Amino acid sequence: MNILSDSIVIIDYQMGNLRSVQKAFEVNGCNAIISNDHSVIKSADKIVLPGVGSFKDGMQHLKNLDLIDVLHQEIVQNKKPFLGICLGMHLIANKGYENGETQGLSWVDAEVIRFDLASEYLNIPHIGWNNVDYKNHNDLYESIEDNHDFYFVHSYHFSTCEKDIVSSTTSYGIDFISSIQKGNIYAFQFHPEKSQIAGLKIIENFVNVKA
Amino acid sequence: MLKHRVIPCVLLKDWQIAKSITFGSYRTIGHPTSTARVYNARNVDELIVLDIDASLNGEKINTEIITDIANECFMPLTIGGGINTIDDIYSVLSAGADKISLNSVALKDLSFVRKASARFGSQCIVCSIDVKNIEGEYKIFNQQEGVVDINPLDLAKQYQDNGAGEILLTSVDSDGSANGYDLELIKLFKGRLNIPVILNGGMGKPSDAVKAIENGADAVAAAYIFHFSQWTPNDVKLALSENNIPVRSS
Repeated sequence: MNILSDSIVIIDYQMGNLRSVQKAFEVNGCNAIISNDHSVIKSADKIVLPGVGSFKDGMQHLKNLDLIDVLHQEIVQNKKPFLGICLGMHLIANKGYENGETQGLSWVDAEVIRFDLASEYLNIPHIGWNNVDYKNHNDLYESIEDNHDFYFVHSYHFSTCEKDIVSSTTSYGIDFISSIQKGNIYAFQFHPEKSQIAGLKIIENFVNVKA
Repeated sequence: MLKHRVIPCVLLKDWQIAKSITFGSYRTIGHPTSTARVYNARNVDELIVLDIDASLNGEKINTEIITDIANECFMPLTIGGGINTIDDIYSVLSAGADKISLNSVALKDLSFVRKASARFGSQCIVCSIDVKNIEGEYKIFNQQEGVVDINPLDLAKQYQDNGAGEILLTSVDSDGSANGYDLELIKLFKGRLNIPVILNGGMGKPSDAVKAIENGADAVAAAYIFHFSQWTPNDVKLALSENNIPVRSS
């Protein structure tokens, strides 16, 4: 472990297996801490919000753990680098529609909507390896070629009118937004921690972002 | 574009990774951790590990080994064998698996598939169907019950309607034969389900995978070819790609 590296906290809000994300930091020589303790979050240099599950449950868990304000303060106000993965990407939107309309963290003017693929003969959830098409710049794609495949598992996707923050789209019936960067906020629909070499490179790039 | 997957599917037996031959005899392949590490290094699309001790002897699935395997996997990992309760699923997922594969429990109790998918999501629930050809008719083969007179496609549809996210379809007759997949079997499934079908049993050379996908498989699983022949998962993907079947870049 590199003791000089920035301290990174993975937010523990009981939504999915956080261990696989922690492991992806470990192979990059970084000891990320899994925690929901306010003092740990405040002292961390960078914050990761992973998650598998529904939008509604995710927000409820963040609320129950009283994490909404502290995350807003550290990420939106103090501009700490933030990595959102899958549900962690969804939750930064204004609104989600999974299991009923739910207010999100509203860091980005966006909504999270269900795939509407009835006429396309495509399965939901969208599961498997699919490629990303680069749009606007994303720091975390450094040294990863365009069109690379990553591992996706989801039924809902991100939709935003802030077009300049869209880093990539992916085609599944429609071209949906598969990653964004808004300043210090990085978010990915796919799972870097399950996408082998290119995925681990994204984690490495996040570790190397200047806090 | 979504890619077709090439998935090693191996067994966990006596603390070792093994491969079955027509579900009868077993050959040891190697240590679980090192096998998982090699597959990870070879960039396989996914890995399926079935705990044969747990399913055959009614033991609880070995979550310590699952944790060790999961620690080596930076790709999706599916674990099956001996999963009988919601708590079993929870402990296997907590050990680091991304999906679980149900077999006997789903055959006995369809409502378990529904409960499991409602709790953990369809994306996480793979239903495994073992098929045997009995005098020209496809029937279900179960490790405990033997041959069960159910049509495999009907069973797969029931699993799908109850929330299964994928079907792992294994031909017992072809298992470990290296004589190619049972193409007649996969033809019966072509276009009949809304969830992916992973065809398993019989791949002996890369062109077998091409035929499987051309005949309706969404993904192919195999073990024998990767351990007892010169072919690697990348050779298989190369053959698919040469036949205009989209596969993941590595």
